[in-house]
Amino acid sequence: MDNKELQKANARLVWRIVAIAVLMFGLGFAIAPYYDAVCSYFGISGRVNEASSEQTMQVDASREISVEFVSVVNGQMPLKFRAETSKLKVNPGQYYTVNYYAENTSDKKLVGRAVPSISPAWLSAFLKKAECFCFSEQEFEPHKERKMPVRFVIDPAVQADAKEMTLSYTFFDITEKSQTIKN
Amino acid sequence: MSVATHDDAHAHDHHDHGPAKGFMRWVTTTNHKDIGTLYLITGLIMFFVGGAMALVIRAELFEPGLQYVDPHFFNQMTTLHALIMVFGAVMPAFAGLANWMIPMMIGAPDMALPRMNNWSFWLLPFSFVMLASTLFMDGGAAAAGWTLYPPLVLQTGNALPFTVFTVHMLGMSSIMAAINIIVTVFNMRAPGMTMMKLPLFVWTWVITAFLLIAVMPVFAGAVTMLLTDKFFGTSFFNAAGGGDPVLYQHLFWFFGHPEVYILILPSFGIISSIIPTFSRKPLFGYASMVYATSAIGFLSFIVWAHHQYTVGMPIAGELYFTYATMLIAVPTGVKVFNWLATMWKGAMTFETPMLFAIAFVVLFTMGGFTGLMMSISPADLQYHDTYFIVAHFHYVLVPGAVFALFAAAYYWLPKWTGHMYDERLGQLHFWLTTISVNICFFPQHFVGLAGMPRRIPDYAVQFAEFNAMSSVGAFVFGFSQLIFAYVIYKAIQGGEKATSEVWEGAEAHGLEWHLSSPPPYHSWTEAPPKEIISDLH
Repeated sequence: MDNKELQKANARLVWRIVAIAVLMFGLGFAIAPYYDAVCSYFGISGRVNEASSEQTMQVDASREISVEFVSVVNGQMPLKFRAETSKLKVNPGQYYTVNYYAENTSDKKLVGRAVPSISPAWLSAFLKKAECFCFSEQEFEPHKERKMPVRFVIDPAVQADAKEMTLSYTFFDITEKSQTIKN
Repeated sequence: MSVATHDDAHAHDHHDHGPAKGFMRWVTTTNHKDIGTLYLITGLIMFFVGGAMALVIRAELFEPGLQYVDPHFFNQMTTLHALIMVFGAVMPAFAGLANWMIPMMIGAPDMALPRMNNWSFWLLPFSFVMLASTLFMDGGAAAAGWTLYPPLVLQTGNALPFTVFTVHMLGMSSIMAAINIIVTVFNMRAPGMTMMKLPLFVWTWVITAFLLIAVMPVFAGAVTMLLTDKFFGTSFFNAAGGGDPVLYQHLFWFFGHPEVYILILPSFGIISSIIPTFSRKPLFGYASMVYATSAIGFLSFIVWAHHQYTVGMPIAGELYFTYATMLIAVPTGVKVFNWLATMWKGAMTFETPMLFAIAFVVLFTMGGFTGLMMSISPADLQYHDTYFIVAHFHYVLVPGAVFALFAAAYYWLPKWTGHMYDERLGQLHFWLTTISVNICFFPQHFVGLAGMPRRIPDYAVQFAEFNAMSSVGAFVFGFSQLIFAYVIYKAIQGGEKATSEVWEGAEAHGLEWHLSSPPPYHSWTEAPPKEIISDLH
């Protein structure tokens, strides 16, 4: 190969490799929505964000699953957050409503978002919510308490060895973010 | 020898211009040997900087309780020690070897893209100055560990954007070096130097270069997301905005796992060059070495989540990543077997490079076994984030990657400088290093299994004896490296003249031994004769 040809061949190869590098940079960003899609498909990482319409299911009265309700406040958010009951025995196929209460202990209006998490993760697909405060942003007036219901059912298709599960909500303070959007 | 004479005469005939004089020679150079030297010296300096940070860590851990530094500074030290050793010491040192050796090994006059080569080196000093400057910023340097996990890393003060830009610059530098290596090897080989004739050092570097090109951009993307999450209100990793910090872990380890192979594959190449020379035999199983390296490179992309077993994953995921990870032991075992088979019935001698190479095979294999233990997800729950993992990756990186670099430096130093190094000091360096590295890291297996967590400046008193041992080992190891620096300095200054072959019978093992020692500033300006290439084994 003479010099000119070699330089041409080098340049061609360089641009091919650069193209791979650029593609991989893009792929990093493309993974973000893909990851979301995979997580909501499997119902993991708290990504059950949609209400499933209430439907009549065959109630399996022979089985009882104990569901624990956990409430967590992230960081320094001035919120008193609790569930009305810490534990409930439920029959698969039957709808239940459990109320969560949150009180804004500050003098300012708060906006929060609750992120759910179900444990063990492989049971999360069977817990279906007809109504949940986690589907939208929640506003809290200063020093007021609010009642927020969760209406859910456990799909009777859940595997036989499922005895216990935990439904946990973590409230994140998004007051600043939602204000920047409003202004 | 006749060929070497031929080359000397050739250099004389053309009156090749030598290097320019003075400091500007190093700033403006496009010569692969000069750039290789710059990379190697940078690697050595950063090795001492990162090592000093390690000694701060080990001094603090010598006794339980807090003695010398506050916990926040301790965390900055663990973070910067790792970033500097990975990106500042080991990677530049390998890039330096690639620059020096690849053109000489494949019979090319220089790297394919000399100007880009200059740029890719000169990005490094600036990025390291920027990284070091973060220590003096409001809020201190990044302290969340080298993995830079959110949300913890988002608590970093002013240092965060500087750390992220450092990663961008180091990434650009590595990608340019990788492009240069691939183009050089694909397009610039001497006639007769087919792909399956390439020395294994060249092969392992080609695969490393592909790994770099595939994963450095992903890491650059992930840290960019950290930056926009912190300053521009995006929510890639922010649960409040619908993001997920676990996504960062997936992105990071999709980069991070191939990255640890970027740190070890060139070592495999170096060891595969040294063991045949000092066993006076051809490398056993050349083709299987090439395929094993490629297999390791491929597998490195599909095992990343074994770093995240404790984070939570569907059971099918845990099983998949366990089996896929264990699979890596197969090609790695092929390599270790081949090195042993090369030594089998060889006429072995034990000069310093060979000593380091043998220590590499033994100690790297031990590090590999602890890796195999942690690949098993139920067992990993006990080992995760303890000193056991610290012992594991230091065994594969210090007596692994760093020993290979020592071996390479001793092996090629006579070729580079034209002078034999001081063998007595070399052996002293070897024994001090090998004994102290084990005193330093072996006890960490025990404290890790007993539950001592990593990245914590204080610990329960039951771990005191092993930690004291470990610290003594670390200090002996650290100061022994001054011998290494002195040996290099001495060989550059002068000493017994090295022949072009340097090691008995080395001519059969590579083209670089057919050039004079030191080689002319411009070597292989005419391709080496086909006969010597076909005579290589």
